[in-house]
Amino acid sequence: MQDLLRRYGTLLTAVFVILTAFWLLALVVLPNFTMLESSFRPYLPVTEIGGPKDVYSFGNYLKFFANSTDTSFLGMTFQMPIHMKIFFLTVWYSAIVTLVTFLITYPLAYYLAKVVNPRTLPSLLLLILIPLWVSEALRAFAWYIILTLNGPLNAVLVGIGILDKPVRWQQGVVTPYDAIMIGLVYTYLFFMLFPIYNAIQSLDTNQIEAAEDLGSPWWRTHLRVILPHAKPGIASGCVMVFMLSAGSLLVPVQLGSPRSLWFTQTIQQWMLEAQDWNTGAAYSLLFLLLCIVFVFAVMRIFKVNLSDIAK
Amino acid sequence: MSAAIELDNVCCDFGSFRAVDHVNVTIKAGEFFSFLGPSGCGKTTILRMISGFTEPSEGVIRIGGKDMKGQRPNQRPTALIFQNLALFPLMPVWENISFGLEVRGVDKATRRAKADELLRLVDLPGAGDKMIAQLSGGQKQRVAIARALAVEPQVMLLDEPLSALDLKLRQHMRAELRAIQKRTGVTFIYITHDQGEALAMSDRVGVMSQGRLQQVADPRDIYNNPVNGFVASFVGENNILTGTVGQRSDGFATFQTKLGTFRARLGEKAGTGAVKLYVRPEHMRLSEAPAAENSVPVTVGDVSFEGNFIAVMTATDDGTQLVAELRNDGAATVPAPGTRLHMSFDAARASILPDETTAEG
Repeated sequence: MQDLLRRYGTLLTAVFVILTAFWLLALVVLPNFTMLESSFRPYLPVTEIGGPKDVYSFGNYLKFFANSTDTSFLGMTFQMPIHMKIFFLTVWYSAIVTLVTFLITYPLAYYLAKVVNPRTLPSLLLLILIPLWVSEALRAFAWYIILTLNGPLNAVLVGIGILDKPVRWQQGVVTPYDAIMIGLVYTYLFFMLFPIYNAIQSLDTNQIEAAEDLGSPWWRTHLRVILPHAKPGIASGCVMVFMLSAGSLLVPVQLGSPRSLWFTQTIQQWMLEAQDWNTGAAYSLLFLLLCIVFVFAVMRIFKVNLSDIAK
Repeated sequence: MSAAIELDNVCCDFGSFRAVDHVNVTIKAGEFFSFLGPSGCGKTTILRMISGFTEPSEGVIRIGGKDMKGQRPNQRPTALIFQNLALFPLMPVWENISFGLEVRGVDKATRRAKADELLRLVDLPGAGDKMIAQLSGGQKQRVAIARALAVEPQVMLLDEPLSALDLKLRQHMRAELRAIQKRTGVTFIYITHDQGEALAMSDRVGVMSQGRLQQVADPRDIYNNPVNGFVASFVGENNILTGTVGQRSDGFATFQTKLGTFRARLGEKAGTGAVKLYVRPEHMRLSEAPAAENSVPVTVGDVSFEGNFIAVMTATDDGTQLVAELRNDGAATVPAPGTRLHMSFDAARASILPDETTAEG
């Protein structure tokens, strides 16, 4: 603060502080607080709002645990509330999307950061960036076209003899969520690619060469030198892709089927179809909270600190 | 264990730029060999070709008699110490040192024991559990040496590893490196642009310029009998006089200059091309009366007292600058600026040399 004052003077410092405060309070704290507050209130007809029935309760949150249904997961069958089931499926498939995205982007990031000729790098990065200029909705729609029954993907796969006849990707082939996962991987690939690329790029190439010089095969160099160095980048990429995937509405709506509900669609149903913003808010907060818990648990397992990600 | 390295007509091109040009040298097993040259002379490229990170465009590299063509760095019996050391910051010291053993599938207890043993060898006992960031520059240096020694290489390659250290530590590490080399008997190939380092540590020195090896000899010969002007002026200081060769007689020749005719040794490589006369400042003598030969009258200019020697800058009557370095034996008198004196040198201490050896072989 002293430093700011000395460098920019009272007026500019005040502008900075006020702008930051406005952003934090008006754009972050206030809306979330409003949502938190309304999530504890019942959904009432307009005339009864503020009346005797308008009292705080956990009623909206308890709906998450209602309506048990038979669920089978990895061969086990058990009873689980329907919304909770959708929540777990969302987390599970988001985790798979995150893993697949990592497996695709890590080699690509390594290639871009350490292998490719520095002169061709800008054009390669441009090629990667151009699709980002198109809106997420259009990109998801492009995948809708690719994945349709008479679309190009089926045509290619049938053409080269991998498939006998076209399949319905949106109904799911391996899992009901195939099309959604493909769409999410494509949409959020870049959020994984760039943090990992930055992390690997900051690694001294001499360290890679030193490992090789000491006799290390390529896979061990990755395991012991490059991956540990890139871990913060990988972690921030994973957190971003996971949260964005779990929170995506566009892609599941466009590429999903009635068999593949995403938790955001449940929230959307409460908010828009049932017009019950209170339960919608409760679900949203619950979703946020559970995803944060999940992310922290995974970070704990992989021994990543929050400060690493912030780097 | 150590192995000899043969560079047989090795060239290396980067596009149209020839970084290494027909280098021929055999480095003996157990030798401490230095490549000395200014930056950009190709010495690091030679090191990278020996370690396998760069393939020669032409020629053959043999280690222990075996052609290294197509062998990746992880298949060669060499260990490279990088200029910035390239230690792994995320591993503790002992894991750094034993990384090469880990790669070879050695179990953890053996690895740890070997790391501790090497830490004692490089005089850092008990530092195994420290992180790299906790070490000082000199300590990092030692860890890098230990890490390279751990894989029991036949050849150690060192890329100016001392350049980041301060002067005192650098001098200490020179002696240390030399001692480690003698103790282990491994062939050391050392890259440096610091002539003092090369001369003090090496059994033999190869002086390089513009991708070519100018001279390979022991340090004493490099300094006392440089084959050409480049070696003479890159290693140590010189007074340089231009002129033409006159009469030649067994190893000596007369040399006509604007300042008169001198007699000096005729360098082996001094053919019919352009040559110059080189005399080191410490071989210059100053006297009141002219000497019998190779004497020229001068006026004393600036005198710089350097402690162990006194540098006397002088000018001849036609303005040629000549420098004499007088050893400070405690009783040496410092001539006053403006004094008229005679400067002379022994014919045996002066050399007539070509500028640079070009297209050898």
